[in-house]
Amino acid sequence: MSAPMLAIEGAWTRYGAVEALRDVSIEVGQREIVTLVGANGAGKSTLLMTICGAPQAQKGRVLFEGRDITRMPTHEIMRLGLAQVPEGRRVFPRMSVMENLLMGAQVAGHDPKPLLDQVFALFPRLEERQAQRGGTLSGGEQQMLAIGRAMMSKPRLLLLDEPSLGLAPLIVRQIFSAIRDLNEKEGLTVLLVEQNANQALRLAHRGYVLVNGRITLRGSGQELLAMPEVRDAYLGGGH
Amino acid sequence: MAYALQQLINGISLGMIYGLIAVGYTMVYGIIGMINFAHGDIFMVGAFIALISVVMLVSGGIMDGPAAILIVLLASMAVTALYGWTVERVAYRPLRGSFRLAPLISAIGMSIVLQNYVQVAQGARVKPIEPLLPGGVTVLHVDSFVVQFSYMQMLIIAVTLAVLAVFTWLVTRTPLGRAMRACEQDRKMASLLGIDTDRTISLTFVIGAALAAVAGTMYLLRYGVIDFYIGFLAGVKAFTAAVLGGIGSLPGAVLGGLLIGLIETFWSAYFSVQYKDVAAFSILAIVLIFMPTGLLGRAEVEKV
Repeated sequence: MSAPMLAIEGAWTRYGAVEALRDVSIEVGQREIVTLVGANGAGKSTLLMTICGAPQAQKGRVLFEGRDITRMPTHEIMRLGLAQVPEGRRVFPRMSVMENLLMGAQVAGHDPKPLLDQVFALFPRLEERQAQRGGTLSGGEQQMLAIGRAMMSKPRLLLLDEPSLGLAPLIVRQIFSAIRDLNEKEGLTVLLVEQNANQALRLAHRGYVLVNGRITLRGSGQELLAMPEVRDAYLGGGH
Repeated sequence: MAYALQQLINGISLGMIYGLIAVGYTMVYGIIGMINFAHGDIFMVGAFIALISVVMLVSGGIMDGPAAILIVLLASMAVTALYGWTVERVAYRPLRGSFRLAPLISAIGMSIVLQNYVQVAQGARVKPIEPLLPGGVTVLHVDSFVVQFSYMQMLIIAVTLAVLAVFTWLVTRTPLGRAMRACEQDRKMASLLGIDTDRTISLTFVIGAALAAVAGTMYLLRYGVIDFYIGFLAGVKAFTAAVLGGIGSLPGAVLGGLLIGLIETFWSAYFSVQYKDVAAFSILAIVLIFMPTGLLGRAEVEKV
């Protein structure tokens, strides 16, 4: 692996009174899909938010393309070429689909037209609903919108927090295949956090398992899928 | 009939001033969920900056109606905006992330600071000016009663409508307005999209203060007398207007302002001047009992 696009080195993050991350180190290489699996409350979302500096790591470092971003304010980090689809999707409820998408393009300053075409090609549903308010979309549509919005900044690294949560299996498959497409065709690097470990690990080149704020296992997606402790804990007895 | 028409004209021009101030309350509430109790005093500062500009223009010998008013208006907006920015920077931003009441208390403190500052700097006495735009149009002449639509009232209505049009365009059609709405709806997400939320909040205060300056200038030109204490009652009225219209709603603020202006004017005209404030606040209480979110406030259910 060449120099990693993203490296977290020994990060400790406190979330309220809880030590949510304890000495976490992970790497995401260029054009890789890396999956982080873990149970509810293991610290997965905190890890993604730590990358974005909200909250910042107390100890350790976060490096993006070799640059130390640990102490940078969130909005400056997000201008460097990463985008996050956060937990709960966080679509702006009283803005139209179109405005939500334009928000994604706002600070990166790329011409939004070709990006919109790309997002609409990926999720035709969004084009049909472009005048509708974000808050009135279904869960699956909101997820598409959140991903589309993140793509509008033309990121090199996409952070995805449980894109499958609460969605019908068909839509999950659609979203995962969209992620694979973006990775293969656009060279997008992806860090994916999931409870739905089976599909997520199949999609991933590599993976990590997070338990109580610590990385306990690491390996390729296939290796992790084959490990009995992963199968027992996250795959419901395995398939 | 003629009398009622006159009151309508008076009520609308007064209501426009309240509406302009109310927009500042509602914007700040929308974006950081705080009632900026110093906003009425920002309005008062705006009126004083306008007063100082008028005095400077008069002593400089430039005093031809519309152009002078435009200069006064722009000067007041610029300087007052700076005050608005400073208040946020000094008194509210350091408290962001603190407990909810902290910025509120700080706002009350800023209100007192601004009042005393102006009192010390400008004196406590009432300040009169000569009317810059005397005269008007006689709309109707019934028996001995003359319905007057003064040039000043026309100016207030025209300027307010123009300012509100620009402001509406800014909020609904520009990237800055979109960023403001994004911060209002989900500040954390806005920062995850690279929006500098502190800067956006600052700009909200700047815009709110500029609108209050327009109101302050109009107030000075219309009534011709101001003192350091006018911000209190005007602030309370405008806050009432914002709540009446539905706090957080921009059209609601303007509507609420108009209603408060009309209620007050008509009450004074037909019942008693002494109880006009009681009337305005009673209507507020009644509306809130039946429509707790105000006239245009939202109570919609959103999917999560």
